[in-house]
Amino acid sequence: MPDRLIELRVNGESHRVRVEDRTTLADALRDECHLTGTHLACEHGVCGACTVIVDGDAVRSCLMFAVQAVGSEVTTIEGITPGDGSLSPVQEAFREAHGLQCGFCTPGFVVSLTAYLDEHPDPTDDDLRDALSGNLCRCTGYQGIVKAARLAVDAMKVDAMNAGAA
Amino acid sequence: MKPAAFELHAPEAVDDVVALLAEHGDEVKVLAGGQSLVPMLALRLTRFEHLVDVNRVPALAGVEAHGGELRIGATTRHRAVEQSDEVARAVPLLARATANVGHFQIRNRGTLGGAVAHADPAAEQPAVAVALDAVMEIASRGSTREVPAGDFFQGTWTTALEPHELLTAVRFPVWSGRCGAAVEEVARRAGDFALVGAVCAIALGDGGVERAAIALFGVGDTPVRASEAEAVLTQGGDAAEAAARAVDTIDPIDDLHASAAYRTKVAGVVVRRAIERAKEEATGA
Repeated sequence: MPDRLIELRVNGESHRVRVEDRTTLADALRDECHLTGTHLACEHGVCGACTVIVDGDAVRSCLMFAVQAVGSEVTTIEGITPGDGSLSPVQEAFREAHGLQCGFCTPGFVVSLTAYLDEHPDPTDDDLRDALSGNLCRCTGYQGIVKAARLAVDAMKVDAMNAGAA
Repeated sequence: MKPAAFELHAPEAVDDVVALLAEHGDEVKVLAGGQSLVPMLALRLTRFEHLVDVNRVPALAGVEAHGGELRIGATTRHRAVEQSDEVARAVPLLARATANVGHFQIRNRGTLGGAVAHADPAAEQPAVAVALDAVMEIASRGSTREVPAGDFFQGTWTTALEPHELLTAVRFPVWSGRCGAAVEEVARRAGDFALVGAVCAIALGDGGVERAAIALFGVGDTPVRASEAEAVLTQGGDAAEAAARAVDTIDPIDDLHASAAYRTKVAGVVVRRAIERAKEEATGA
């Protein structure tokens, strides 16, 4: 099966990569763009570990083919993390609230929650649980993750208030 | 967990899509949101030489009202259906059913036409289409046809669509007056396909229930229209009588998720609750 040379826009940068049509976006990100923060577990859309943001929407990158992302703007966990070594508000909340143990599922949770809070800045606890239900964690029992999500919401509200006051 | 090799085509016009379907016969499949097809490819439950990606065909996406109907393009994403004011106003049953599909990451990508054409017996939108007598618009090379939802679903993952045909849109009748709509389902985990579910729309007139539309999902290999239960309601019967009649007409399966007896029991409950909630909403309208 012939390869194709395509251009992917990831975290604001262009990557010219060679892929097969069947190469998933997740595999292209990891193997060709060398952005290994996007994790693959189930590879059939159940676990959410591979979640990335495509044109503003959180999606499963194992359920998209790389060629389908041509012309789109992709954001991965690397693009959410500030470049200066600090953590994003959602990442900081996960650290603070013990929202992770082994950490394998964490990029998917952080990407999903970041995209969700971008559109829903003031969710209820039920909303948060619903938003988190598309990602699986096998270590934490979720309590730390739910706590982290609440902490992230509160921190982001304070940031927004400070930004408004400034 | 990697799909077998295929060639992906990404045309931008419906004519080009149907030409590719005609050319490649049984070796081709339409790829819409991919939220069901890609897992099946990854698990190698199925394989195709060619996929025709319809995500780059602008004419296939969008919601438009005309006459007494709402026409929704096949590649309109669940998220767009769920968030559309027009759908919420004109076909609230569809808006609410769509909110129950998977998780938000799935709804960001999955499409109405994909869910309908995939025809999972436990999916919500096929049941809404059957309950409301929606019409499927279908294109193939050089021709188009329409199929009523009641004739469209033929079995598990099986529809009236031929391999060379493309589902282009679904038209839903718009109800007016004092209406209510409700979706009730029981699933093992949030976001899973339902074990059993029911959708119900009710329109009230001066003398009580003037019009009722009820369908069940997860209780057979296609959505099941509960026509007799609808008749019970329009003839003045209550939700419990209608639910009992609906359960008489179903024959669910036993599988590792639930026994047939359990599904039958729960079907009665979800139908009754859906009727009660739809009626309550119509009463307040």
